[in-house]
Amino acid sequence: MQLTGAQALIKSLEMEDTEVIFGLPGGAILPVYDPLIDSSIRHILVRHEQGAGHMAEGYAHATGRPGVAMVTSGPAATNIVTPLCDAYMDSVPLVVITGQVAYSSIGTDAFQEADTTGITMPVTKHNWLVTDASEIPQVVREAFHVATTGRPGPVLIDLPKDVANQTMEWYWPDDVDLPGYKPTTKGHPKQIKEAARLMGRASRPVIYAGGGILKARAAEALRELAELTGIHVVTTLMARGAFPDDHALGLGMPGMHGNYTAIAALQQSDLLIALGSRFDDRVTSKPDTFAPDAKVIHVDIDPAELGKVRRPDVPIVGDCRIVIEELIKAVRADRDKREWADTSDWDTKLDGWQRDFPLRYTQEEDGPLKAQYCIERLRDLSPDDTIVASGVGQHQMFASQYWHFNYPYTWINSGGLGTMGFAVPAAIGAKVGKPERTVWAIDGDGCFQMTAQELVTASAERIPVKIAILNNAYLGMVRQWQELFYEERYSEVYLSPDLPDYVKWAEAMGCVAFRVDTPEDVTPTIEKANAIDDRPVVIDFRVDYREKVYPMVPAGGSNDDVILGPEFDQPEAIQ
Amino acid sequence: MTTNGTHHILTVLVENKFGVLARIAGLFSRRGYNIFSLAVSPTEDDKFSRMTIVVDGQSTPIEQVTKQLNKLIPVVKVTELTAPAAVERELMLVTVKATTEFRSHVTELAAIFEAKILDVGFESMTLMVAGLPDRLDAVTDLLTPFGIVELQRTGRIALPKLARTQPRLRAVKNKTA
Repeated sequence: MQLTGAQALIKSLEMEDTEVIFGLPGGAILPVYDPLIDSSIRHILVRHEQGAGHMAEGYAHATGRPGVAMVTSGPAATNIVTPLCDAYMDSVPLVVITGQVAYSSIGTDAFQEADTTGITMPVTKHNWLVTDASEIPQVVREAFHVATTGRPGPVLIDLPKDVANQTMEWYWPDDVDLPGYKPTTKGHPKQIKEAARLMGRASRPVIYAGGGILKARAAEALRELAELTGIHVVTTLMARGAFPDDHALGLGMPGMHGNYTAIAALQQSDLLIALGSRFDDRVTSKPDTFAPDAKVIHVDIDPAELGKVRRPDVPIVGDCRIVIEELIKAVRADRDKREWADTSDWDTKLDGWQRDFPLRYTQEEDGPLKAQYCIERLRDLSPDDTIVASGVGQHQMFASQYWHFNYPYTWINSGGLGTMGFAVPAAIGAKVGKPERTVWAIDGDGCFQMTAQELVTASAERIPVKIAILNNAYLGMVRQWQELFYEERYSEVYLSPDLPDYVKWAEAMGCVAFRVDTPEDVTPTIEKANAIDDRPVVIDFRVDYREKVYPMVPAGGSNDDVILGPEFDQPEAIQ
Repeated sequence: MTTNGTHHILTVLVENKFGVLARIAGLFSRRGYNIFSLAVSPTEDDKFSRMTIVVDGQSTPIEQVTKQLNKLIPVVKVTELTAPAAVERELMLVTVKATTEFRSHVTELAAIFEAKILDVGFESMTLMVAGLPDRLDAVTDLLTPFGIVELQRTGRIALPKLARTQPRLRAVKNKTA
């Protein structure tokens, strides 16, 4: 069967079970948009290429399947660099297809030419420049394979226009041809046995669960391991939902804005069981003062993570789910052989911290509206399995702190790159992947202004996402740092609460919109928003700009010096 | 350019594909690793090329470099060679001033170091020296007083040393027809 390169590309995407493409056409990708008309694949026309990338990310986060985005050459390709980088940092499987000028024109500074493979090399797991139409099925097959196996990540296929117009004889490859790519998934049995032995001897063990748990579909295995051993679990920003917050062994989020118990548990532990986490600086603060007494078991599918920041005592390269399942067996065997160390003092200590240092804020009945209160009401008034997407800043930290994540794949945020404007398109992508679920974006006013135009996409494509703007009229997190660390010298952080008018703006984009100024309006407005399911909804919550995110570990400091905030008498340093 | 005890040699087998050198160079620059020397050459199999990268172990975390290189899809194999476990060589071309007055001195030195004279001009000559990096350093030092016009070195290439222990003889089973 003779096909054009463009037809072969669309057919290859179908072969990979692509259900939806987020994209925007243009000159160099025009040939591919023609056979798309006859394809079963749904296309969602975005308003900006960055939106396409973040939607594909949101889709991938929510479904576990690779997100696919397709845009044209030059400026479209550069516009999608941010989502690629975001996905690279957070290990999100993406397949991005970019048009390119004709292969014969490459290097001539042709119209809308950019060195896309060169530009995206450092922010993709791999990329391909297709030079002949016959390569297309092989490249697509390899692209999906690389994106979804091992440590997942974004890949990019750059397709020159003349290659898309060439004809080729259709085939579908049986296999990939990647001699340099063979991820290790099964952990070393001896190391797993040693890990179980260390776990049995530790008197202050903690499981430090990271985003790798979710990527490996290992949430159930993690729960089984925790319940079997009675070891408490902290879930990093990327792992929220990987272990239920309401579980007796759940300690919540550690890190710069983590809760006291999670921070102190890591800090005082004698054994960290790091599962799919990467000792990020937002968790460790100063690495050389982080968990000084702890031995480390580190499980990760990426060998380069082992020893990158902290040298593990027991390094295990492998897929988290497979390794945890083996670890459970090893734990059972170890327990049959010897008595495990008593951890009751440690459990009592953790309970005490949780009781004495919970997350706390004060919402006065007639006082200014608090962001935390809005989030708690959203949480309690929405279904348990609501998917929450967020942008980056104070609202993100409040959402991660105050939402109770009890199901995996319900929290979608930009953790590693910290991309403002992530929430709206990511929520749209998640809703496309999980149309039966309620999807709330919890966004800041600064973030919202960066990508709000995608609500036009949501309205046009009938994707009923819900957006809560926690509007404090400031770039809140920057303001917080200027208040605390720059002697309240506020430099370029004021945005204004009503410029733009968020309600009018949302309505202009086809959404239903509400404004909430007072605490008593919060509940009825959220109830109204939750009752709408035929179009996007936006709520403009006017929240107190003075509220800061606590606890906080000052940047460059040690976790021992966590500041609890005005609601508490500051305890002595963690010791 | 003296060689140094902290130098590590990485031989990297890569797929012979478009942009591989850029991927490796990009990895080094974005992770802040320094390349001391780099040589790229075809191998016995035209699907693959071999890169010999010399890095300084004091300023660069070798283990991370190796692991990060392995993450690149076209990288098939990374082998770290320490000096005692490797045979290594480097090639140098050097143009040195050699007026009639000093020409014989230069040729004498060339003879001592088994350098080949590749080209001779009125006032200078070009030598080729191959050997261990230390040896090239020594030649450079000795030629400097004459006046070095231009100098180029290839960077090291290396292969693992071969085993010297005799393979144990195994009894051959009787093949009965």
